[in-house]
Amino acid sequence: MDNSFSAPHYDDTEPLIVHVPALEHHSTPQHRHHFETEEQQREAGSFGMWLFLLTEIMFFGGMFFAYLLYRNWYYPAFAAASNQLSVPLGAINTAILITSGFAMALGVYYAEIRDRKKLVFALVLTTVFGLAFLGVKYFEYKEKYELHHIPGDKFSVAMFVNPHAYELTKDEPPLAPDMAEKTQVFFFLYFAMTGMHALHMIIGLGLLVWLIARARRGDFSTGYVAPIENFGLYWHFVDIVWIFLFPLLYLINRHPLK
Amino acid sequence: MSAATIVTLPDQATATVPKKNYITSEHGLLSWLLTADHKRIAMLYMISITFFFFIGGAFAGLIRLELLTPQSDLVAADTYNKFFTMHGIVMVFLFLVPSVPATLGNFLIPIMIGAKDLAFPKINLLSWYLYMIGGTLTLSALVLGGVDTGWTFTTPLSTHYLNTHVITAALAIFIAGFSSIFTGLNFIVTLHRMRCPGMTWFRMPLFCWSNYAASLLMVLGTPVLAIAIVLVFLERVFGVGVFDPAKGGDPLLFQHLFWFYSHPAVYIMILPGMGVISEVISTFSRKRVFGYTAVAFSSVAIALFGFFVWEHHMFIMGVSNYSALVFSLLTMLVAVPSAIKIFNWAFTLQKGSITFETPMLYAFGFMGLFTIGGLTGVFLGVLGMDIHLTETYFIVAHFHFVMVGGMLMAFLSGVHFWWPKMTGRMYPESLSKLAAVVTFIGFILTFMPQFILGYLGMPRRYAAYPPEFQVLNVFSTAGATILGVGYMLPMLYLAWSLKYGAVAGNNPWQATGLEWQIQSPPLTENFVETPIMDHEAYDYEWLEKQQTEGAKYIG
Amino acid sequence: MGISPVLWQFLVKWLHNAALFPSEASTISPWMDAFYLFLIAMTVVGLVLVGALVFGFAIRYRKERNPVATQVEGSTLLEATWTIIPLAIFLMAFVWGALLYYRIYTPPPNSMNIYVVGKQWMWKSEHPGGQHEINALHVPTGTPVQLTIISQDVFHSFSIPDFRVKREAIPGRYTTVWFEATQPGTYHLFCTQYCGTQHSGMIGEVTVLSPTDYQKWLQQSDSGMSLAQNGERLFASMGCNACHSGTAAARGPNLAGVYGSKLTLTDGSQVLVNDAYIRDAILNPSQHVTAGFAPIMPTYKGQISEEGLIDLVEFIKNLQTNYRVQQTQMTSDSDQAAQPTPTAGQSEAVKP
Repeated sequence: MDNSFSAPHYDDTEPLIVHVPALEHHSTPQHRHHFETEEQQREAGSFGMWLFLLTEIMFFGGMFFAYLLYRNWYYPAFAAASNQLSVPLGAINTAILITSGFAMALGVYYAEIRDRKKLVFALVLTTVFGLAFLGVKYFEYKEKYELHHIPGDKFSVAMFVNPHAYELTKDEPPLAPDMAEKTQVFFFLYFAMTGMHALHMIIGLGLLVWLIARARRGDFSTGYVAPIENFGLYWHFVDIVWIFLFPLLYLINRHPLK
Repeated sequence: MSAATIVTLPDQATATVPKKNYITSEHGLLSWLLTADHKRIAMLYMISITFFFFIGGAFAGLIRLELLTPQSDLVAADTYNKFFTMHGIVMVFLFLVPSVPATLGNFLIPIMIGAKDLAFPKINLLSWYLYMIGGTLTLSALVLGGVDTGWTFTTPLSTHYLNTHVITAALAIFIAGFSSIFTGLNFIVTLHRMRCPGMTWFRMPLFCWSNYAASLLMVLGTPVLAIAIVLVFLERVFGVGVFDPAKGGDPLLFQHLFWFYSHPAVYIMILPGMGVISEVISTFSRKRVFGYTAVAFSSVAIALFGFFVWEHHMFIMGVSNYSALVFSLLTMLVAVPSAIKIFNWAFTLQKGSITFETPMLYAFGFMGLFTIGGLTGVFLGVLGMDIHLTETYFIVAHFHFVMVGGMLMAFLSGVHFWWPKMTGRMYPESLSKLAAVVTFIGFILTFMPQFILGYLGMPRRYAAYPPEFQVLNVFSTAGATILGVGYMLPMLYLAWSLKYGAVAGNNPWQATGLEWQIQSPPLTENFVETPIMDHEAYDYEWLEKQQTEGAKYIG
Repeated sequence: MGISPVLWQFLVKWLHNAALFPSEASTISPWMDAFYLFLIAMTVVGLVLVGALVFGFAIRYRKERNPVATQVEGSTLLEATWTIIPLAIFLMAFVWGALLYYRIYTPPPNSMNIYVVGKQWMWKSEHPGGQHEINALHVPTGTPVQLTIISQDVFHSFSIPDFRVKREAIPGRYTTVWFEATQPGTYHLFCTQYCGTQHSGMIGEVTVLSPTDYQKWLQQSDSGMSLAQNGERLFASMGCNACHSGTAAARGPNLAGVYGSKLTLTDGSQVLVNDAYIRDAILNPSQHVTAGFAPIMPTYKGQISEEGLIDLVEFIKNLQTNYRVQQTQMTSDSDQAAQPTPTAGQSEAVKP
């Protein structure tokens, strides 16, 4: 706890309802004492989370910038490589993630109405869908590994230069060797972007486990919803990143340019 | 102590440092390492950045020694390259970026706005640990054999052509970057949400404004550096070609991403320093800062424009002529707010009642050196002149005038100014004035010749150079020696003053900020009761009234 | 500049002798120096002004003389003054600088072209006549010289302080800069972009010769083959002529006279054929397919060194007729066994 310097004149009374001005100077267990009121604490927390998400946007922004540049330079390679991603799997994952986001939103609602059981249920549901997303991602990555589409020494452009020799790509037009090489740039960005997204998911799932444990204890059923709310913001941010990644990476060639 | 001084120290026979304060509230090393008190964390930062400053300074000394002679005879070229890389990484990422915000800002911002602490004390402590991990990794890169990319990590050199500990150093910067992000985030939230009743935005000290602007840059700029570093890491480990032209990558992409952070980074470094200067000049002129709103908004303007000038680092790199034109124009615009600040400070002196304590001497030094540093920045921002001057010692001199002449002067000014508040003790006045003068002279002697060297065409990062440049280099090295003495002195007498310095009392400078109305050193919770701000910032009439009435304000 | 040329000469000579200025050895130098003096004047005026204000006020309003401060809020008029005047001065500097920038980076059309390749840690200059130099560059006075610069590994930067010009050598991309030398002599050539261990060893000498001496030098250092001739050999040995033969049935577009023209590509875009275009078309052919042709050209990435590419560029630049191309094709068809001599460039290891 960071309130080692808690001033002695604050009496720890029973948990009280927040937002009641007359009771502001009383304290609930979660009230950090450097905040004047719990309202202030809650606002600060959520403002901090929004700022953090802004930071995250800039972080992903760097990769989106690189994507934009190379997609313009090497459109044919990007289109061909994008066709190797499974749109059904991507679409399923999108649905899974949106459902998980919905479960999270429910969780925030249940925390607000102080329903401990339903809150735990919603959080578990969020976790399950999050795990399902990563599971699907695992199979997608595994397929890329088998096809030698992981950038690096073992990367192979054979499927793009000579598509007719492969079952998967027999209907695709071949790419010139110099362009086919550029598919590696696509796959690098694919793995960097989805990998970074997955990393955010994994961190989120870790936090979820912790939140579930605390929710079971009843920490968030007393009107103290800030952690749930802030985690919700984070989780929705991760969803939204995917909403951008899915069309940018999977659907490049659905509307061919000219 | 001259008669001109306004220092109102308490009667030394009876004076004592308050028994109960943030330093004495808890004991033992762990109470420091696990503290969540912003003042203690500021002190942790103070110790660690001083340590890294002297590491970086040692490398600067080695660089200057090597450049005493034209041949690379002290060390071989590869060692020299490691020296300047380590000097750059340590000074930029481990000293300049955290210097004022993480020490003075951490200590003062909550107090200045009447809060008990920053919004997220634990995250504040986390920042320090991240900083220390970054610092330790940097040192381990050094111990393992060094790194020679230069602090700019230019690709494809850093990704494909060097065998040194690039990854360790990159990881260090990545982690230290998060320390900076969290500090900035903490400041922004604190300034938005934690101000005491009556503390409106325009009643805040200008130090808060400039730290706010710097925090915006930290929060928005640093993640872009982080991702650039991640991409360098991936490219180095997996050999993919995102920056490698041989594999279809764009070698300039890295520089765009890098400078998108690293140009705003120089404003992260200088803005908090400017905040210090506003406080110091006002206090020792005993006069409200001239054009408060103009100074406040110029900080924000610098932060905003600062994001849109990064390409001026790449004017000679084959960028399109039109974009060069736009970025050069924006660079001219970002120069204006700095000019506004300088003139406002100068006019703060007008009709003041000025005394010349050590912080004020450093502030005067700042004004002179920053004016030169800023205006030589215009040389580099205008397109044609940039062609001749970029990548030469002119850039080295310009950067050091702003960062060392400006930022470090401001930092020392601030440390001297708030030292009595932070420790409750005064430092020896005449010795500290001597140090300020020595620093100034040493600085001029070190870096002035480098402007001339730059126009003569001496490239930067050269271990060996044509013999005709030797005379100026000897001057520079001689100056660096004096500068080194100038920096050693404060460390010695400040350490001495911790035990033997005169007791400072609550408000030795008769300053108006909230931090001066509480005891020195402050209580752990800063204020006994939440203060209520009922006057403007820098209201010396209010202060006078308080004192004539003998009224205790708070604390 | 509004300053008499005699006075200017005197001033600059003095500054040079005092080792404050490099010598003025190109037509750009006086422009750069005049601009530099303007910027210095700006700095000095600014510094003197700030210094006068600070010291003036500090003396006039020191506590002994002025025990009580008068509180002043600020002044919109003054704020406007020190916003607008510095801005005006900076904008003036901006316009001046922009003009100078365009001057330095826009070579005159009649300039003589020399290729420069940077690598860790040397500069290689290639004259069109086939003269090769390492860490040296010979140029004549009185002729505009354009440098087409490229790096074969990391970033370098080609800097001649006495000419006041500098240009980054970028891996995989041509950049250009030009100058017209005025004073015969030898001048420093520096790499100014940090490029690894021997960065400070990547230096050389630019030798400026009078036009007659330059002609003499060209003859002495003649390697017997011009760049274009090297390129022609390479063109044949890589089998380029098999498709780019210029005949009606050829699978590749006719290259004679293509340099400087506007091409329409398969995606409908129009491009100007310059050095960079030709180089890119050899390395990344599928992005440069001329309209009406199939994308069948293989990439030559990794097979031709930067010098070899320069030879090819120079060859195609000077190719006016396909007569010799077709002749070579016929002989090579009839004499498959004849091995082409590798060019100087080819023997260099090609970095992946």
